[in-house]
This record gives sequence, structure tokens and C-alpha cells, in this order.
Amino acid sequence: MRYAETGYHLEIDLTRGNIERVESDPRDTELYLGGLGTSAKIMWDRVPPEVNPFSPDNLVIFSAGLLCGTPATGCNRTIVTTISPQTELLAFSMMGGFWAPELKYAGYDKVILRGKSPDLVYLWIHNDQVEIRDASHLHGKGAVETQDLIRKELNEPKAQVAAIGLAGENRVFYASIEQGRSSASRGGIGAVMGDKRVKAIAVRGTKDVNVARPEEFLGLCKEVLDYIKWREENPIKGVMPILTGLGSPQEMKVHDEKWHTENFMWGNSRERRKGFWTEEIAKEWTETMENARTRLVSCYNCPMECGATITPPGMPTYMMKCFTKLTYTMAAFSDLDFGLKIAQKATEYGVDGFSAPQVMAFAIELYEEGILTDDDLPEFPEDNEGRFYYLLDKIVRREGIGDVLAEGTYWAAQKIGKGADKFAHNTIKKHEQLPLKLSMLNPIYFLMYSTGEKINITQIEGQFPQAPFPKREQREEFVKDWIQVPDEKFKQYFLDWELRGENSIPYYPTAEMTCDIVDWQERMHYIDDALGMCAGLSSFPLKPPYHIHNYPKFISAGAGIDMDEEKLTEAAKRYRTLVRAINIRRGMRRKDDKPPENHWKKRFPELEKELLDTYYKYKGWNNEGIPTKEYLDKMDLGYVSEDFLKRGILTDSEDAPSEEAPAENATVEEEKV
Amino acid sequence: MKGEKKKKIVKTIKIDVDKCNGCRACEVVCSAFHASPKYSSNNPARSRIRVIRDPLRDVYVPVCAGEYAVAECAGRDKYTIDGKEYDECAFCRASCPSRQEFKEPDSGLPLKCDMCEGEDEPLCVQWCLVDALTYEEREEEVEETEEQEELEIGLEALASKYGLQKIMETVARLSKKE
Ligand code: SF4
Ligand code: SF4
Ligand code: SF4
Repeated sequence: MRYAETGYHLEIDLTRGNIERVESDPRDTELYLGGLGTSAKIMWDRVPPEVNPFSPDNLVIFSAGLLCGTPATGCNRTIVTTISPQTELLAFSMMGGFWAPELKYAGYDKVILRGKSPDLVYLWIHNDQVEIRDASHLHGKGAVETQDLIRKELNEPKAQVAAIGLAGENRVFYASIEQGRSSASRGGIGAVMGDKRVKAIAVRGTKDVNVARPEEFLGLCKEVLDYIKWREENPIKGVMPILTGLGSPQEMKVHDEKWHTENFMWGNSRERRKGFWTEEIAKEWTETMENARTRLVSCYNCPMECGATITPPGMPTYMMKCFTKLTYTMAAFSDLDFGLKIAQKATEYGVDGFSAPQVMAFAIELYEEGILTDDDLPEFPEDNEGRFYYLLDKIVRREGIGDVLAEGTYWAAQKIGKGADKFAHNTIKKHEQLPLKLSMLNPIYFLMYSTGEKINITQIEGQFPQAPFPKREQREEFVKDWIQVPDEKFKQYFLDWELRGENSIPYYPTAEMTCDIVDWQERMHYIDDALGMCAGLSSFPLKPPYHIHNYPKFISAGAGIDMDEEKLTEAAKRYRTLVRAINIRRGMRRKDDKPPENHWKKRFPELEKELLDTYYKYKGWNNEGIPTKEYLDKMDLGYVSEDFLKRGILTDSEDAPSEEAPAENATVEEEKV
Repeated sequence: MKGEKKKKIVKTIKIDVDKCNGCRACEVVCSAFHASPKYSSNNPARSRIRVIRDPLRDVYVPVCAGEYAVAECAGRDKYTIDGKEYDECAFCRASCPSRQEFKEPDSGLPLKCDMCEGEDEPLCVQWCLVDALTYEEREEEVEETEEQEELEIGLEALASKYGLQKIMETVARLSKKE
């Protein structure tokens, strides 16, 4: 018997309308765990670098994590992988909610979509019964609306539905997939789903998910629940409100937005507004939120309530979580009322809450600079709010200038020309980033921004405090019950970290320490993405309930795989390297590993070079960021090194970096700054 | 017969629908607890508690399975509370032919909450960290005579319907069977 996983994939060929249930190889589970790990293996095996994002040969894989469907609290992530239209690299975006456990109960670990359907369809997976159904009547329907319509039409109130909106149907490069209170937003995964003409996937399952050692597994779950209770009663002192507790950043609960509104940038990630947060605004925004918010809601099997149902006055209900609360508000220099209202439309259209507002703010800047004119923007409203609604509608319909803006700031700037690229200033690997601009380079963040291949800072940071605590006593207090560290040395790194003086940024932590810290933070995210665990209970917050010491026990007792810390670390490194390999094969190199030029005012080119050099070595990559043959072979990735040699990505004298991307891969161009 | 007072424990799960966040942790653990061997599998479709949820309409009603009903109710109720309309059957605990809830997915056999026999506190309550479910035990003193009286009232009613003789015959037959 297979434990924790079902051992089956659903292979759906949309071109032919063919559906197959295929058994997966249990050895892959040992090597790559599940979720992102095993999906990366499939992407490597089946999507060669010549395949464009909108080619029928691109795959979209919906995967449940290895432990989804077991009683492990907060383990509910669906990991969606494909080649992103925006970055042309591997996109792997997660969504919480209820979809992944339902897929497990239906008897599958993954749904693999290939080909392209001739007409708009949706999938209905009900245990062994799987159908491709006509969705022509759902064309243009909102992503939230669609979920409800499908449940009604199937007469299955318990079906979980992941759907795209108009943005996905029209292949907007930052289109999301929406599902209940969650969405898979980053990397334009919704656009690829739309390109395949799949409007939605509905799932209902009523089968068992088994665990290998039941009593032990439940005992571990109980420990986690008890720890969550304790941790909620003992918030971390000395950090900003959203970092004190567990869960995704509790934006739906917290009213005090002084920190975000005064430290994050407004507009097109341009302007910092110190002193913005007045008592009056605090009062007004609190009222807005409390009037609109009907209930705080959780994902499957989790007490944290990080999301909320939102009903702006006179508008339909939708669900929200995290920082989307403020992205529209701040990009448009408006208020929370506007932010909640436009987010309702944006959620139905199905766009990423980070990229979409930034693209719109970018367009407004171009207009103000005269790069875009009234010809491009006929009847462009005078006010910012009006302009945002105008642009959102144009973008999701790809009408006029919207057709260009639909491809994100990087590609739009290339097409618009006239110096527009200077305004697409806040991207990494062509993907819009959080609107943050800081003063002094932080070595930890430098490496994370540069090398994080999920290309979103929140998806690599966590565990280690973002800044030093001012007093030594505070630091001593903090490390006392810091059981999550993989090694005692991390406590020392933190104890010695000072706000000023010799042991402060940018030269402290040293390059070696920085590598340790970044590697630990990244590793925990990769483990979560294979197990299907929410980062909010694991890799993201300080002192989380899941960590490198109890995870091996969960995997052993749950999946029946013999696991310890070392083996788990090895596995995580293996599929992390595979993700890198997929991107390297698509042309990514050292030149792409960098933060936005203006992320920090004070930069240190020599130090940055040292950091990158040291980290590459630490990771087993050569100077170009390419995993070496020696390292690949050691990680049981001999098939990758073979492929690299064949393609000339590595040469026999392998440390000689290959400067150029391979000829057959002309899709990734160097970013000009 | 004037009997002594007898103590009876009344077990109650108190449900606060306003606190429910729809996470279904209660379903998760209930299904695991009733798996055999215990905790060996997980499947909310086997759970004896169901969260009737419709997030966009803000409906969240956790319901524990009660008795099996052979037939569906002839008439149904529809409640409106605080302006929210609840579906027919939303608060009903029966495993009933009219709906999917509280039935084993394969066999269709009815499921019933057993208050997690053998546990100090029901597991669904333990796993509901937000206190939408809380547990209360109270002792109630019941006089045996009351039960006796109830029994007599019941018997009298039956006797007037079927005649005392017929009832005595039936009792005799039933006790032989046992
Ligand atoms: S911590 Fe929050 S986001 Fe994560 S699973 Fe729980 S409710 Fe969902
Ligand atoms: S565990 Fe509690 S909050 Fe979660 S669904 Fe059940 S009753 Fe609601
Ligand atoms: S009391 Fe026990 S049996 Fe009853 S619903 Fe709760 S968990 Fe299930």
C-alpha cells in the first residue's frame, strides 16, 4: 500500500480529449518527496527548453503535497507548475484552500494537463469518474463566480473548484488561478491554463488517505496543535505586529498599517510616505475593513484564519488574504475603500495582486511622462482611481494598450520603447516584485532576492529575524527557546548581529554565515512545497510549529519512508537543484541572479560579488550559477549532468563557465538595466 | 414505586456558528478516530460531523450526526437568522435518504456521532482551536419515579389503542426472543 500519497496521477491530453490514470513510481517519492519535487522531475523529463509557455507541449501540473489529506495541520497546498509566460522559466505557485486534500480523497496526487483543447472546457474529477466538460457557457465569467456556477451545475456543493477569470482566458501574463479563499498567482500560471482552454478543474473525493504509523502520526499532529496554542499565547516580542504570530501575514486581522504604508513604496514602487499613518486614517481604514469583512476564514484543517470574506458596500462577496489588501490602494495613491473595491473586480478577473497594480501604476507613469499618449489611452480618466479601473478592464480584455500591458512591465516596456524600460524598474527575472526600496544593502536579502527561483521574496525568507534586535538581552531572550534552528551556530550568528558597528550590515553576517542562513531559509520553503505545507506554519514565520527536526518524523510516520534530517536535507537539495537545472537549461545564468538595481540605495559591488561567488560554491554551482557535474552526480542527478554536457551547458573541463545560453534557446534575453 | 434519585451525565457539544471558520479540522479528526485501526486513514466523507458551509453566503454550520431516519421529513423547515437564509435540513442531524450527509461513502450505511467513546473530550472539540465547538458535561438528577411515570403513561396509551391483552402477549413473545 502507498501511504500519504495515492500513487496515481491523472494524465489529461486536452488535444485529444484523452484521460488516463497512471501509477507513479514510488522511488521518485523517496528521491523527490512529492508536490514541487516530483513535479519538477516531470517538468525536467517532459518539457525540453525549446518548448514555449504557450506551446501545447508545455505542461500545467496541479499537485497535492505529499502529506495533504493527512491530519497534519495546515497541510493543504496545491502546487502548480508550468513554464511561465512572463519569466519563461519554471513557475511554481502554491495555493491554500481546500483543493489539494480533495484531490487526494478522489484518489490522485497530481493532475497533469498537456496539449490544448479546441474549445473552452472544464474538468470534473469525481473519484474514478473523470470528465472533460464543455465550458462555453462560462466564457468571460469571473473566477469566483465560476466556482459557484460549476458547483450548482454539478449539484455538488462539496466540490472544490480552481478556476480562471477573463485574464486567464485572454492569457494575461500575470493571470491567477482562484480557488475558495486562495489563489495561485505568481508567474502567470492562469495564462497557461487559459491557453490550454481550461476554465476550471472541479474535484470531489470520498476515498481514504492512509498513513503508515497511525498512532505516532496523530501524536505528532497533537504536538503541533499544542505548540500552535502555546505560540499564539506567546507572541514574539520586538518585531512588527504581523511577524509576532503564526500564519500567513495576518493582514485581514491587523488594522495597524503604519509599517506597510510608511515603509513600502506607493505608486509604481516610487514614493515613500513617512508620516502617512495618522489617527484619522487609522480610524477610517479600520471602519472600512470592519464594514466590509464578514468573517475570518481558514484553509483546510488549519485554525489560523488568515483569510476573510469581504463584501464591499453594494458589491458581491469575494475572499482575500495577505497583502492584496494594500497593493491596489498604495499603487493608486488611494485609500483602503478603493483597494477593497477594485480587488473584488480583480479577483473575479483573476489577476495577481502584486503584479497587476504595479503594471497599472507603471502605465500611469508612462502617461505622465508623455511616453504613452492620449492615442494610446483614449478617454483616459483624470483621477487615479478611475484610471485604475480603466486600465484593469483594458488589460484583462487585451484591448488597445491593454494588449501590451497584459504582458507585465518588462515585456510592455520592450514593446513600447521610447525609454519605457526605465519605468519597469522593479522586476527580478522579468517579474514584478514587492514595492520595497531600502537604503543599506542587507547581505541575506541580497542573496535571497538574487537567487530565489520562486522569484518572490516571501517565498524564500523566514525563520531568521529580518533585522537584528537592538539589545543583547533581547537577543538572548529570543534564542532561549529557538528549537527550530538546524544547528546551534545560527543562535550565535543572531546573538552577535548588531544594529551598528562592526557586526552590522552589510559586512555582517559574513559571506559564509549568510550562505548558511539563506540556505536554511530556502530549504524550509522547498520542503513545504513538496509536502504541501502552508509556509505560514512552517517556513515563513519565526519559531514555527514545523521544522527540520520534526518533519522527518512526519514523513516517516505518514508516508512510511525511512527519513532523517540528513536524508530530508539531501532530498530538498536534490529537487531544488533540479528546479535550477530546468531554468539553466532555459538560459538562466548569473546575469539573471540579481535584485532590482534600485532596491538599495547603498550598494557594494565587491561584496555582492563575493556573496554570490561564495553562495554558488556553497550550493555546488560553478561561477555562472550552473550546478557542476560533480555535484549533480553526487545528488543522483546524473541524467542532468549528461544533458548539460550534451547541450554544451557544461563542458568536460566543467568549471570553465559557458558564457552563452545554448543556441536553441533564444527565448530568454538579457535584461538591460 | 417511589424510587431514589439517579444521576445521569448529559454530554453536550456546544456549537457557536459565529466562531466557525470553515476549516473542517473537526471532520478530519473525527474520520481518523473512527478509522480502523484507529487513525490509520483519513476521509472527511466518513466523518460524523459535517460543516455545512457556503462561504460566499457566510453559512457555516457544523452538525454532528444524530439518529438514522428511515424516511425523509414530509415537510421541511427553512430558517432565516440575522438575515441569512439557511438551506432546508441545514441544522438537521439525521442520516436521511434525502441527502448525502452522514453516510459511509461506499456502503451508504448511516453514521452516527458516538461522542468519541473512550476519550475524555470529543476529538472534534479538541481540534477546534477557535472554540466554535466546546464541550460540556453536566450531571442531571432524574427520579426513577419519573421514568416510571413516563413508562406508565406510554403503556396506558398503547393499551387504549391495542388492548391490554394484546400488549401482554407481545411482551411475552419479545422476552422469549431475548
Ligand atoms: S496558516 Fe493561514 S494560510 Fe496557512 S493554511 Fe492556515 S489558514 Fe491557510
Ligand atoms: S474545527 Fe471548528 S472552526 Fe473548524 S470547521 Fe470545525 S467547527 Fe468550524
Ligand atoms: S464527538 Fe467524536 S464522534 Fe462525535 S462528531 Fe465529534 S469527533 Fe465525531
